[in-house]
Amino acid sequence: MLEYLTLILACQLIGEFTVSAAGLPFPGPVAGMLLLFIFLLIKGSVPDDLTNVAGSLLNNLSLLFVPAGVGVMVHFELLGTDAIPLSAALIISTVLTIIVTATVMTMVNRYQHSRDSQ
Amino acid sequence: MNELQNIWVYLSASPLLHLTLTLSAFVVASQVYKKLGMHPLLNPVLLSVIAIVFILHKTQTSYSTYFEGAQFVHFLLGPATVALAVPLYRQFSKVRQSAAAILISLLCGSITSAVTAVGIARALGAGAASVISIAPKSVTAPVAMGISEQLGGLPSLTAVIVILTGIIGAMLGPLILNLMRIKDWSVRGMAIGTASHGIGTARALQVNETAGAFSGLAMGLNALATAILLPVLWNLFFQ
Repeated sequence: MLEYLTLILACQLIGEFTVSAAGLPFPGPVAGMLLLFIFLLIKGSVPDDLTNVAGSLLNNLSLLFVPAGVGVMVHFELLGTDAIPLSAALIISTVLTIIVTATVMTMVNRYQHSRDSQ
Repeated sequence: MNELQNIWVYLSASPLLHLTLTLSAFVVASQVYKKLGMHPLLNPVLLSVIAIVFILHKTQTSYSTYFEGAQFVHFLLGPATVALAVPLYRQFSKVRQSAAAILISLLCGSITSAVTAVGIARALGAGAASVISIAPKSVTAPVAMGISEQLGGLPSLTAVIVILTGIIGAMLGPLILNLMRIKDWSVRGMAIGTASHGIGTARALQVNETAGAFSGLAMGLNALATAILLPVLWNLFFQ
């Protein structure tokens, strides 16, 4: 278990380092995810212990957003003055993003299937 | 009584109190969520945040005091993001098959998110700082904060907007996708991950591994796409 927790932390550390050293436009942990993914591609399978460590982090992923969410209390005032435009924009735009992404992906999938079956 | 007060003073200064508060609120919220049939509208992140903000307000505790305890939970977001490589690897053959669909739908979703958020906020008269801060709303928090700063927004407001977007997507996403009769787990995951990053991914992972893997992938790709495209879109449309 411990060795794979160390591997995960090391991937994140190298990711953070690479991103800030090279000035890349994405977060260190995402670069770390890519590194761990490359490790798995080379290894060819997921070791059981890594499944366990990753599982215990991901099974409670929602919990990890709670501290940042509580930060809403710092911005009550600003959120208050722009409450209506911001909440309308957040809700409508999020709904539209979901609809557009799902529709486009379904259409491309359908197009590819019809081309493949010809 | 005096002794009790001393204990309270000691406890409220140590990180243990607010760490325990964070976990307890989440445990109770998750139980409510499970007891009531895991309905997406009862999002456990939302329920815990409401409960904790209420308690902090009643005890007149500042966010920075709270965060001294809660930072241990917050820290784990990084390693958890790295761990998303595991479901992604397990689903890699499916991801490879739909590579074109993933990239095209991601770009469309990413542009829709930024353009409609800014357009609606501006049309309804939001202030300039709010309008800029809302533009990267669908991107995972650290990247969104960087983009917001670059465009002249308020990074800490963006962080809150990003969390709210995540909660809204996790709550409404499953309902909308059901209405659209979309049953393909990879499509459901892509849509939720593109619109609502990690919070959407957390919910997708609980429901189905394929959805979780596509959602995590969408989150990573959207961070990259938005960081590159948004400054360009901003100069084209909104300046």
